Amino acid sequence: MPLILTPPLKIQTRVQRSLRCLTGQAAGVVVRIDPMMQAPVTNKLYLSIDNLWKAFGSFLALKDISLDIHEGEFICFLGPSGCGKTTLLRAIAGLDLQTKGTVMQDGKDVSNLPPSERDFGIVFQSYALFPNLTIEKNIAFGLENTGRSKSEIAVRVQELLELVGLPDQGKKYPAQLSGGQQQRIALARAIATKPGLLLLDEPLSALDAKVRVHLRHEIHELQRKLGVTTVMVTHDQEEALAMADRIVVMNHGVIEQIGSPTEVYREPKNLFVADFIGEMNQIESTVTKGGRLSVGEKTFACHEHDFADGTPVVAAVRPEDIIPHEEGYESDDPNRNCIDVLLHEMEFLGSFWRCRLRNERFGKSELIADFSINAVRRLELGVGRTMVIEMPIDRLMAFERPEAS
Amino acid sequence: MSSPTTNLTTMPEGPVIKGKISRDDIIMRSGMIVIALYLIATLVFPLYAMLSKSFSTYRFELSQYEFQVSDEVGVFDGTILTGSELNAQTGVYEDLDLSTGSDGRLGVTKFFPDFSFRSPVMYQIRNTAETGRFLVGSTLQDSTEWVTLDSNTFRRVQLRPMKSTGMDNFINYFSTPALFNSIKNSLWIAVVSTIVTVTLAFWFAYALNRSCMRYKGVFRLVAMAPILVPSLLPGIALVYLFGNQGMLKELLFGASIYGPIGIVIGSVFFTFPHAFLIISTALAISDGRLYEAATSLRSTPWRTFWTVTIPGARYGLISAAFVVFNLVITDFGLPKVIGGQFNVLAVDIYKQVIGQQNFEMGAVVSVVLVVPAILAFAIDRMVQSKQVAALTARSVPYQPTPNAKTDRIFFVYCCFVAFFIIGLLAVCQFAALIKFWPYDLSLSLNNYNFDKMDGGGWASYFNSIKLGLLTAICGTAVVFFGAYLVEKSNGFRTGRAIFQMFAMLPMAIPGMVLGLAYIFFFNNPSNPLNAIYGTMAILVICTVTHFYTVSHLTAVTALKQMDREFESVSASLKQPTLKLFSRVTVPVCLPAVLDISIYLFVNAMTTVSAVVFLYSPKTTLASIAVLNMDDAGDIAPAAAMGMMIFYTNAAARVIHLLASRGILKKTQAWRAR
Amino acid sequence: MKRKASIFAAAAAGVMLATSAAAETELTVYTAVEAEDLARYAEKFNESHPDIKINWVRDSTGIITAKLLAERDNPQADVVWGLAATSLLLLKSEGMLEAYAPAGVDKLDAKFVDGDNPPAWVGMDAWVASVCYNTVEAEKNGLKPPSSWKDLTDPMYAGHVIMPNPNSSGTGFLDVSSWLQLFGEEGGWEYMDALHENIARYTHSGSKPCKLAAAGEIPIGVSFAFRGAKSKAAGAPLEIIVPSEGVGWDMEATAIVAGTANLDAAKTLVDFTVTKEANEMYNSGYAVVAYPGVAKPVEHFPDGLLDAMIDNDFEFAANNRAAILKEWQSRYDGKSEAK
Repeated sequence: MPLILTPPLKIQTRVQRSLRCLTGQAAGVVVRIDPMMQAPVTNKLYLSIDNLWKAFGSFLALKDISLDIHEGEFICFLGPSGCGKTTLLRAIAGLDLQTKGTVMQDGKDVSNLPPSERDFGIVFQSYALFPNLTIEKNIAFGLENTGRSKSEIAVRVQELLELVGLPDQGKKYPAQLSGGQQQRIALARAIATKPGLLLLDEPLSALDAKVRVHLRHEIHELQRKLGVTTVMVTHDQEEALAMADRIVVMNHGVIEQIGSPTEVYREPKNLFVADFIGEMNQIESTVTKGGRLSVGEKTFACHEHDFADGTPVVAAVRPEDIIPHEEGYESDDPNRNCIDVLLHEMEFLGSFWRCRLRNERFGKSELIADFSINAVRRLELGVGRTMVIEMPIDRLMAFERPEAS
Repeated sequence: MSSPTTNLTTMPEGPVIKGKISRDDIIMRSGMIVIALYLIATLVFPLYAMLSKSFSTYRFELSQYEFQVSDEVGVFDGTILTGSELNAQTGVYEDLDLSTGSDGRLGVTKFFPDFSFRSPVMYQIRNTAETGRFLVGSTLQDSTEWVTLDSNTFRRVQLRPMKSTGMDNFINYFSTPALFNSIKNSLWIAVVSTIVTVTLAFWFAYALNRSCMRYKGVFRLVAMAPILVPSLLPGIALVYLFGNQGMLKELLFGASIYGPIGIVIGSVFFTFPHAFLIISTALAISDGRLYEAATSLRSTPWRTFWTVTIPGARYGLISAAFVVFNLVITDFGLPKVIGGQFNVLAVDIYKQVIGQQNFEMGAVVSVVLVVPAILAFAIDRMVQSKQVAALTARSVPYQPTPNAKTDRIFFVYCCFVAFFIIGLLAVCQFAALIKFWPYDLSLSLNNYNFDKMDGGGWASYFNSIKLGLLTAICGTAVVFFGAYLVEKSNGFRTGRAIFQMFAMLPMAIPGMVLGLAYIFFFNNPSNPLNAIYGTMAILVICTVTHFYTVSHLTAVTALKQMDREFESVSASLKQPTLKLFSRVTVPVCLPAVLDISIYLFVNAMTTVSAVVFLYSPKTTLASIAVLNMDDAGDIAPAAAMGMMIFYTNAAARVIHLLASRGILKKTQAWRAR
Repeated sequence: MKRKASIFAAAAAGVMLATSAAAETELTVYTAVEAEDLARYAEKFNESHPDIKINWVRDSTGIITAKLLAERDNPQADVVWGLAATSLLLLKSEGMLEAYAPAGVDKLDAKFVDGDNPPAWVGMDAWVASVCYNTVEAEKNGLKPPSSWKDLTDPMYAGHVIMPNPNSSGTGFLDVSSWLQLFGEEGGWEYMDALHENIARYTHSGSKPCKLAAAGEIPIGVSFAFRGAKSKAAGAPLEIIVPSEGVGWDMEATAIVAGTANLDAAKTLVDFTVTKEANEMYNSGYAVVAYPGVAKPVEHFPDGLLDAMIDNDFEFAANNRAAILKEWQSRYDGKSEAK
């Protein structure tokens, strides 16, 4: 499968030339396409969502959503199914109008406009390619009736086919292409009219794992090159982390956190985000003197927090943040958070070992820790061994304890 | 789990965002409104007109008449008595006697016990109300002046009823055994036919799905043949087989074919394909793994049949039963031809309306007939929705294994059924070619000389083809476009729900009822749509409406298989929805579109019940001609015309098949990988 | 959508054109005469009156009567030409007919003219009840030909007689009304009670009993004479019997609809309908016509039929129709399903 990522030099210049016409950027706006592939984000506010509500009968699918998106940004709506992310996307597109609230796009209030009067291209999980039209005609569908001549359309269609790396497939029907190829055609069709906003509704979910990773890259690259503001809905955190400039984590119709991939991963605002993105050990504990967290008789130093003494909280640490030490390792520093554990179970996951650790203080629950192969070899770890682990102070976080469970 | 970024958990008060209506929305919605209005004008209003007709009653208002009687020499003493006073004195008429039909007449001499037409006593009578009417002989008196009459003329006085509203018609209906007995008769033949048909069809479908016998394709074709003929054709065949001059008369051992026996045999014939199709589908989707499990548990075939086969097909069986029940109870043609003195509801409507011009009573019988029809329809819909749920969970299709003995039994059984179906058709064809049964058995084409018979001649045959084509074209366009609008447009939820309901309604309305309702609605001089009464247009409209539901469901099923997001994509590309409709939706759904048109064509060719009230001399139809020629006693030409319908429909089917293949090849190239 | 709208528009325009095509006067004429005869009637009329165009509205007797009654307050018809007299009497009793004595009405057989002066309607031709008797089937069953209505109640004929149901057939009703007139009300019902025992079944149409007799489906069919003559001519082994007590009959008649805007043209048309010429025209479809001496003998038509026609009291038939049918239905329709 040809990659857009590393086109030969000659093609690259052509691609760049065509990109300028694709994005239709005003001459004054600088589009950066550097080797680091940083986002061509400008500071211009492009899409602004204010106090958006959506009710289906008495059920509130979106509750008071506010969000600003800048020009050229790649935003991912991430959340479990039913969290309202698709509803939000469809409200932005005008496909299902919000009940309350405003949507401003490019300085214009589009809150109540039908989709046909907004400026966006959209790609669905199902591709939604017209099965009885050839690939060419699918891509040309939106170009017709726009004052373009037939030959202009043909040129443009070929341009787009090359852009998505399928230059020879124009005469085929969608059913004759693979899923990944079909999704690229859907993408080509969506950007054919140079929309200011590209909406992707779980575009990769229907594909198998390898194609998914591959296409993820291509979409990412394409977005960077075109500089088109993009909103993608996904339930796959890996996808969001890999592609987005900013991730909007949603749950139960509200935004839990907005931030860059590293922010939401490293500094989750709450237990939901912490748990939903990446893995997180959760230990019930209480805040004690000095803001330390007590688990059983032991107290641990932790990352800064605002909880008062005596507040029941959840102490949380990511498996990969746990540092292994040999048995008997002791540190005088009470802020090093070292404890003895029994290595109960080990699972080899290729690049690391997933270990289940027990300590009677944690009760029945186990701690999960990911140790590098090196560390396992160095410390000669094995099932049944006792060892010492350290939970680094800035990686041990305290979150409000959920009410029910 | 969550700590929302906002404290608001209830939506603030204030206006809800109202979407700006796009040009496409306007087109889609107005399209939907147009088609909904079509359904209202062609279904809801007529039915309402019929319902109100059934409550429109006529009563003799005795208090509106005043009488004076003279002495022997013709001198009036000025005593005035009203009709109600006279009736109270003499008590000749009960309250129920005073309710009547639109052409009711009431003699007045009974109010005067000592009346003699030879006596010299003079009488005076007058209306007191402006609207009152009475006759002297057949001359209408509608003024409020006194009319003086000698006793010989006075006996010719007839009071006329006044129009009012009430339950009288229904009371009358249920107090007339001749009428309400039909309910029992209708239910009886419907139940018996249902049991027989479903049993026969089940084993036939079972043989085709679960055995390895030969010629399954042929049997399948034969089983579907009765769909191509009007329901009354088997009746004609039965006359030739079991009538008093019948070829096989002795087989009935003296019983008469004219009556329930004939209706049941004929009903089995014409409902067989419907039951077969439904049961066959139900058997085809059952799970083969259950049979493997049964075999591994060493279950006997008999036990397997009762614990696996029957439960698996139960929804199909129930659905088939109600469909057959509905078809039989609402059928008019067959009992008309072969029913003899066995009265059924559908024929009662015809008799009341055509024979007696008692439209009110026709409306009452219609209302009575609608009740079981709607019940059967509702149960069928409920069962079908369950079957869909069962279908999604299906897994491995059952593969029958050869078994020489049972295969042979099934083969013989299927031959028997096929012989029954082909036999009846062959008898009709044979009868059509005989010069003068039973006295001159030479072959001739005289019976095809339709122009010399009642029923409209060859013109009616060509009218039928015209009706078939128009119905297929207009009907498919309206139905498919309507289904598209309701399935794919945005918002407008209530409108769409109402539309769906209208679209389902026709199936529950018997053809006779629809036809009668059309008379009430369209044959009303004050109705602006009155102009289409008596034209081909009303036949097309009526037929489209009558067969709307099945067509609509076919279209909806096809449309549901289309990607839901096509419309969104098209809108995001700023392309009009109608472009998407013509470029993508219609071509992709072409197989369904063709299915709808052939369905409408075949039914337009065979329908009798809905159009029997609506044809005019210029728009006689072949199916009606069969009925009318039979009615006039020209049974052989009726059979000939019936077979013409059969051949035409068979040819249409073949053309449809070839055309579909050709068009599919051209337009559905994308289906091939 | 657009295309469909234009089709509707075209259709509507077509309808309007059809009703307003050029001719000096147009008459809307309602009729129950066979469609094949209508063109002939109009042609003949237009030979002498080319300035009056006839727009036919044709349907079966029942439907056209119902249509006229339904339009009582807003009549669409100018003239009714060729509808059963019993139906016209219903219209008369609704005050819907314009009394008019056409020129030359005095030449017609008085039986064929409304008793009022001026008459509300004028007859054209008559159909007369008769019994169709299949000699072959009768012999097979060992039957003797009946000679009177009373004979038909002989138990010998049990299950061998078919007659039309008066509730759906005009012929059936004229039989019943003639029996009630011949035998009196009580005697009439007694007669029908006895006859009912012999009836195999009642048919919906009046011509069917005779056709069934012709086809041997039944030996005896109570029907009308002209039908029998036709079947006999077609080769059926039929005998057409005129019962000795007399036979019922009904006629087709003509009338002007009250309130017509084209009264003069309507009168011209009705004048034509009573001419000898017109009666000759009726004769091709009916054996008995209103103008004495016009009717040519019809092959196989039974002798003495004209004399056997009873002095039919149409007023009695029209005024008691509803009551008679109700009584008939409760006596014979409800019982018959027991078989």
